[in-house]
Amino acid sequence: MKDLGADTGELDLLWVYLQQEPLLWLTATLGAYVIGHRLHQAAGGSPLVNSVAVAIAILVAVLLFTGTSYATYFEGAQFVHFLLGPATVLLAVPLYRNFNRVRRLLVPILVALLAGSVTAIVSAVAVAAVLGASRETLLSLAPKSATTPIAMGIAEGIGGLASLTATLVILTGIIGAMIVTPLLNALRVTDWAARGFAVGVAAHGIGAARAFQVNQLAGTFAGIAMALNALLTALLVPLLVGWL
Amino acid sequence: MIHAILALLVCQLLGEILVRSTGIPIPGPVLGTFFMLGALAAVREVPEALNSVAGTLLSHLSLLFVPAGVGVMLHIARIRAEWLPLLLALLVSTTLTIAVTALVFAWVVRRMGLQESEPAA
Repeated sequence: MKDLGADTGELDLLWVYLQQEPLLWLTATLGAYVIGHRLHQAAGGSPLVNSVAVAIAILVAVLLFTGTSYATYFEGAQFVHFLLGPATVLLAVPLYRNFNRVRRLLVPILVALLAGSVTAIVSAVAVAAVLGASRETLLSLAPKSATTPIAMGIAEGIGGLASLTATLVILTGIIGAMIVTPLLNALRVTDWAARGFAVGVAAHGIGAARAFQVNQLAGTFAGIAMALNALLTALLVPLLVGWL
Repeated sequence: MIHAILALLVCQLLGEILVRSTGIPIPGPVLGTFFMLGALAAVREVPEALNSVAGTLLSHLSLLFVPAGVGVMLHIARIRAEWLPLLLALLVSTTLTIAVTALVFAWVVRRMGLQESEPAA
């Protein structure tokens, strides 16, 4: 009995130590992603088994089960989160390689960007408003197709909840990555530039991640779309939600 | 490898400094992309080390969204209360946005005669 008591004490100490160090949740983040990635591959690379969605579900379950706060988790996971910045800078590499093609397609890029950006904002707010979502939710939803840091800034500026926006942005990205392949196959859009650009406008970096898995050119155009739509959404959302 | 990482961080840092000092509403890393593009245009090739970092990081880009995505746990109550409008808004809007963007892009390409003879698989 005495030994058991000592063991539990040591386990508690171990848990306290692990909770304080970033190592545990950093490892958990990579581990959960690897499981998600394996499941994605086991499903024959099906976009319907999304590695980000699987990883998030596993981590949320573990955090809730162990009573760990998001703040504690993020202290470890921030090292992965930080890499979003350098990864964005890295988009210059495929962009440089395809620079001539991008310049040649500048008109379709700009026209499709405007059409897609307006569609993303208006359709999301309209559907949620018709179904009776609260005003705070609507304002947090409006910038959902822009990449996370921009979308959070926009939401804050118009009176939405930045952290709710971050969640909606990620969910949008996951949905976009799941539906883009079957949807564009059904619509018979075969041009990799058009396919990549569309998923980048609708589903930012998670869409671009999916596009890079399928085709380098699609990934390049998705990266361009993500950057451009971040800028246009920041301009359009304050204008469009003025009507709410 | 270390040079490639240094170059990346310097570009991002320059971007952040420019954003903070001018107040333009663009994220630092997005400006950093333009600095990197300028640097690549100046040296006229992609250094092998940068190439391999790009290959590794961009092929697992989706991992980087996991920490922000776990933030969904902060909003479980609201999502439970408003799940139907939220789910339908995200599904309908994402579907429409992908469809509209792709169709408009392909339409303008066809109208301007910009097609390439490179069919998608």
